[in-house]
Amino acid sequence: MAAIQTAEYSAQAHQFDSLEQQTDAATLGMWVFLVTEVMFFGGLFTSYIVYRSLHSFAFAEVSRQLDIVLGTTNTVILIWSSFTMAIAVYCAQTGMRRLNIAFLVLTILLGLAFIGIKFYEYYQKFVEHLVPGPSFSFSAPFTKEAEMFFTLYFAMTGLHAVHMIVGVGLLSWLIIFAARGRFTPVYHSPVELIGLYWHFVDIIWIFLYPLLYLVGRHLE
Amino acid sequence: MAEHIVPIRIYSIIFAALLALTAATCAISFLNLGRMNAVVALVIAFVKALLVALFFMHLRYSPRLMQIVIIAGLFWLGIMIALTMTDFLTRGWLTYR
Repeated sequence: MAAIQTAEYSAQAHQFDSLEQQTDAATLGMWVFLVTEVMFFGGLFTSYIVYRSLHSFAFAEVSRQLDIVLGTTNTVILIWSSFTMAIAVYCAQTGMRRLNIAFLVLTILLGLAFIGIKFYEYYQKFVEHLVPGPSFSFSAPFTKEAEMFFTLYFAMTGLHAVHMIVGVGLLSWLIIFAARGRFTPVYHSPVELIGLYWHFVDIIWIFLYPLLYLVGRHLE
Repeated sequence: MAEHIVPIRIYSIIFAALLALTAATCAISFLNLGRMNAVVALVIAFVKALLVALFFMHLRYSPRLMQIVIIAGLFWLGIMIALTMTDFLTRGWLTYR
């Protein structure tokens, strides 16, 4: 990364014909990575579909244990953070450094709020003996199905939370570099690429929210 | 490709649309629509994901190559889910004598 400097000619690595070609190559690389992430989460989504199709009524019944208020709040927070991230990219593109940093900070704060609420939910599930394992308890007849649902719940939201934590780390790195004036209207690929990652994590949650929180609401 | 800067106005419209769709999917989930509950929830999720990808992730303004890579990735995900489910959904069809 030694080549990253404020001036246009030095931001371009020597193997590229132009900065434009370099940016396109970097963006394509990020998208290829995100496709591997789709397959990574895809395995979990596939197992969810398998068990939901086998035990659809039990899953609907058990899913009502999740807190819909916290789940919906987190959905709004995450969509909001995607919006502030998009604005941060806009500020980088138009060279508004202070606003760029401000919106990156706002995005981090929203990300941390999401993680905080998520861990509060985990704590609640722990107290209610809904964490799969020896102390798991759920009233008959859906005890086994409930354990399966919560195994998937923790695996899917856990992997998502890990991605959020990585995202907060990446955003912190961006803020440090933005504060040093490394990004210009000509060179700001890192802001764009980490933005893509952040939006991708948002998309995963957009699917997790209805699949986990909204399955059995109509049963009440 | 020259970089396309998406105006703040478009980002704001998409943000409002995403919030409206979230409220809609949450409200609809409380109605009993039978099997349609899952269909409606997934359709809304797909629309939200599409809005994020097209505008927040600039896919609408990206080179064709990137769009093809993503469609190919989703196609492979489709193969994984479809082939897995052709197994699980048809196991009951077999009768052993």
